[in-house]
Amino acid sequence: MVSLYLRGPNLSGFGDALPVIRLSVPFRQALSRLSFPLMLAASLGTVLIGRADPNVSDRVRAGIDDLLAPLYHAVSGPIQAAEHGTGAIGHLFALSQENAQLREQNAELLQWQEVAMALQAQNNALKASLNYVPSPTPQFSTGEVAADLGGVYARSVLVLVPPANGDTQSLVGAVAMDGRGVAGRVVEAGERSARVLLITDINSRIPVALGASGAPALMAGNNGPDPSLLYWAPGQPPAEGAMVLTSAQGGAFPPGLPVGVVHYDAQNNPVVLPLASLDALRLLRLFSYPDNLPELTPIPHTKPASKPEPKPAAKAHSRKR
Amino acid sequence: MVQGPALRRPLTLWRRLDTASRWAFPGFMLVLGLVVIGMPFDLPNQAALRPVYAMACVYFWSLYRPASLPTPLVALCGVLLDLLGLSPLGLWAVILLLLQLATIAARRRLAPSRFIVTWGAFTGFAIIAAGLAWAAQSLLELRLLPAAPVLWEGLFAAGLYPLLARLLIRAHRTAAAVELA
Repeated sequence: MVSLYLRGPNLSGFGDALPVIRLSVPFRQALSRLSFPLMLAASLGTVLIGRADPNVSDRVRAGIDDLLAPLYHAVSGPIQAAEHGTGAIGHLFALSQENAQLREQNAELLQWQEVAMALQAQNNALKASLNYVPSPTPQFSTGEVAADLGGVYARSVLVLVPPANGDTQSLVGAVAMDGRGVAGRVVEAGERSARVLLITDINSRIPVALGASGAPALMAGNNGPDPSLLYWAPGQPPAEGAMVLTSAQGGAFPPGLPVGVVHYDAQNNPVVLPLASLDALRLLRLFSYPDNLPELTPIPHTKPASKPEPKPAAKAHSRKR
Repeated sequence: MVQGPALRRPLTLWRRLDTASRWAFPGFMLVLGLVVIGMPFDLPNQAALRPVYAMACVYFWSLYRPASLPTPLVALCGVLLDLLGLSPLGLWAVILLLLQLATIAARRRLAPSRFIVTWGAFTGFAIIAAGLAWAAQSLLELRLLPAAPVLWEGLFAAGLYPLLARLLIRAHRTAAAVELA
């Protein structure tokens, strides 16, 4: 038996281990020699297929995500509860402290509410005198984040969504926001789950408007925690602490969604500190904006050949209003 | 250990089932591990763990029990790794197959050598494979990807192999031992 196991590589898988399948010896040898080059060729073919048609891998991935998302969700519940500080068990130790803190915050927020109501009334009056046409209200669905593993070179999360009833592609391109700001955009959707590409992913490019003037720039993910800012107007460097909002350039995002705050890092490069807490996402709202925005950025599933990489400087002249 | 008469025992249904389950054990554990590592445990750099686990399994079983992890299964696991780990489809299938080829080629030297040698060889293989994955993915996406994950994968490979090998050696002698069926 030992000599049998040391007899040399038997890669075919049809060897002595499975006594059920009986094959002639030369055929078996031929199979074991051929199986490696055959499989290597098949794998290289898979790479080519994946390059030629990204939809294939997207669809298979969405199917697998649909299968695994409920499983991941079932596991992540107890883990989140046990987490120190944020989970249910962590809260038990600091109840009275937190209560006092919440009371203070509540009083402060009530003051802010009065300010907000006054501003709302003023805003309504101004809009009425300007004959303002309101922007269309988006439809949204709320989903729990089931897993946030992503890949070695990718930052994405898996969100459990209500059943799509066959229309799985309606969610693709939806803007994902947590309580405070934009977290990313849906790139794949299945029956029960959707994959959100985070704004920190190296493939994420989002046209943004900076500060009160709305100066255009491009926010590019770099797989790190803070996405960098590119292509801002020369002579107008982004100001430290300026608010970063989405811009409608390219048509992928509606204007004015909060993204983050400008900050200069140690190398003196401007980066965006995201408002959304991207490393502890629990709930995401997926906003499907109506299609009356200018279609300059193709959604991946409709036009797979071109990549959504809008460059504001180049696209500024072709903006439709 | 190996009972001689066992080979001459009649092939009953139960014995066939036993053999088949032992034969399928490594592949099953490989796929199960890939799924389990995907669960959100909030570990730092958890995504880099998945390719390392796959590489460790392919390396170990190709070294000590090649028949249990046939090439089609390795290729399928590679595709699964690509689907779960968001890398270009088929990339890790090619890399895992190359790792298996390299392991089988070095098998006569590595299998009888001491543990520290196989450990070092695996770390080397894993760093080369991770570097290859980084280069191939950079080439396919036409951009220079950050190289830090290669370092992480190398560290994970060096750190995890002794733990994993301990479990796998146990399995090799019990649950995956086809000759004991």
